[in-house]
Amino acid sequence: MSITPDRRRHTARPPAALVVLGCLGLALFVVPLVGLLGRVPWSDLPALLATDVVTDALRLSLVASLAATAISFVLGLPLAWILARTVFPGRRLVRGVVMLPLVLPPVVGGAALLFALGRRGLIGGPLAEATGLVLPFSIWGVILATTFVAMPFLVITVEGALRNLDGRHEGAASTLGASRWTVLRRVTLPMIAPSLASGLLLTWARAFGEFGATVTFAGNLQGRTQTMPLAVFVALESDRDTAVAISLVMVLISLGVLVALRDRWTRSL
Amino acid sequence: MGETLAVNFREDSTVRGHSSWWATVVACAVAVVACSGGGASGDRVLVSAAASLTDVFTAMEAAFEDATPDVDVVLNFGPSSGLREQIMEGAPADVYASADEANMARLVDAGEVAGEPQVFARNRLQIVVPEGNPGGVTGLADFARDGLFIGLCADGVPCGVLARELLANAGVDPVVDTDEPDVRSLLTKVAQGELDAGIVYVTDVVAADGVEGIEVPPEHQVETAYPIAVLGEAPNRNGAEKFVAFVMSDAGRSILSSFGFAAP
Repeated sequence: MSITPDRRRHTARPPAALVVLGCLGLALFVVPLVGLLGRVPWSDLPALLATDVVTDALRLSLVASLAATAISFVLGLPLAWILARTVFPGRRLVRGVVMLPLVLPPVVGGAALLFALGRRGLIGGPLAEATGLVLPFSIWGVILATTFVAMPFLVITVEGALRNLDGRHEGAASTLGASRWTVLRRVTLPMIAPSLASGLLLTWARAFGEFGATVTFAGNLQGRTQTMPLAVFVALESDRDTAVAISLVMVLISLGVLVALRDRWTRSL
Repeated sequence: MGETLAVNFREDSTVRGHSSWWATVVACAVAVVACSGGGASGDRVLVSAAASLTDVFTAMEAAFEDATPDVDVVLNFGPSSGLREQIMEGAPADVYASADEANMARLVDAGEVAGEPQVFARNRLQIVVPEGNPGGVTGLADFARDGLFIGLCADGVPCGVLARELLANAGVDPVVDTDEPDVRSLLTKVAQGELDAGIVYVTDVVAADGVEGIEVPPEHQVETAYPIAVLGEAPNRNGAEKFVAFVMSDAGRSILSSFGFAAP
């Protein structure tokens, strides 16, 4: 990261108007959290959280969100590199398509996945005929839907970092005889490491909270496809204490991860 | 992250144009307040109705507004239990129409209902399969058959509770692949052919494209009642009463029956 002077942190007192508006902005996030905490059935909490529904959902959420993050890394990083470093006709369109899941309602994304990769889908149909593999109603469907929604976060973050990268280091490395692969591995990746970490974190966070695409594409079955957000949604219908308890766990895990890792991984920003 | 997003918000660009930026903020705030104050929409009736009423209440709204031009009906569809939850949390609705009596009863117990709820329609369950019935489903026993993809509504929404009751009546222990959060999402997956069979209301089968219904034996059938009520904290009590009266009228009833609902 080439840190230019104007990016350095300012410690000067901010204008009063900024503080007021900033606090208003903060209130938008804090108020619902307080509302949630006010509803937590503290005394029943251990019993509520020890149920199969909750442990199954937690396991599925962790597996699916980590798998989605790993896939995003493997597929999203090359995509970001191509978008940042190569010129080809239709690149803007490609970037738009990659960003689409950020704008699209997740339910629409899930329906689109169903039409393409469902049991009777364009690709899913022949796939099921040939291999017997059915993506919907399975953990693979959950991972796919989650990756679809979360991967753009990795791509934009990494693409931005690659664009802002000072090319001289890479140039020097290749002048010294490093292969393109070595340059990528030994120079480029270490230099964008903070942004990459930040992107991975965002991707994981989005994957962990994914609801719409998952329920539309993969359905909802405890122990197989029911992640934490789905469990909350279903419990909200019939058993609010459980819904609130699961929500609390989600908040704590997310907050823990974001607070613990964001600063550590991105300190050099 | 800071990398990509911060670039657009460097200090130089935000500090410049300070006053015009303020003007925008103020204008936005004024616009929001003006809209939520709702000056023009004086006689608006907000109806929170069960998702299974989506089509029939949309038609009901049009007919009612033709007959009562000074009242503007706004429809809010969702799972009966979710809507009840919203109302108990203080969401400003005028009328609540539930797909079951249990949710209405809980609302009455919570003191949220003005007067007595009235049953305005009845519905019954049917097996729903994709057009052409690719799974070769013939009856409730197929819900326990291996190799079929079976979906029900989640246990907790009325259609899920009733479907399980129906299966229990028939002595079938279903092997379920998905507990869908509401009727519509279940129907979508059946119509798309992702699921080989599900259980929904007969009215949903009538309304949906790309699906077929299979009757269940009458001795196992579970009938359900749809109650409607004006809410105690209705911002527009008068309009709400007019709408409920219209639903209960002959005109309302004939709309209901054209969508497959039985008379109460």
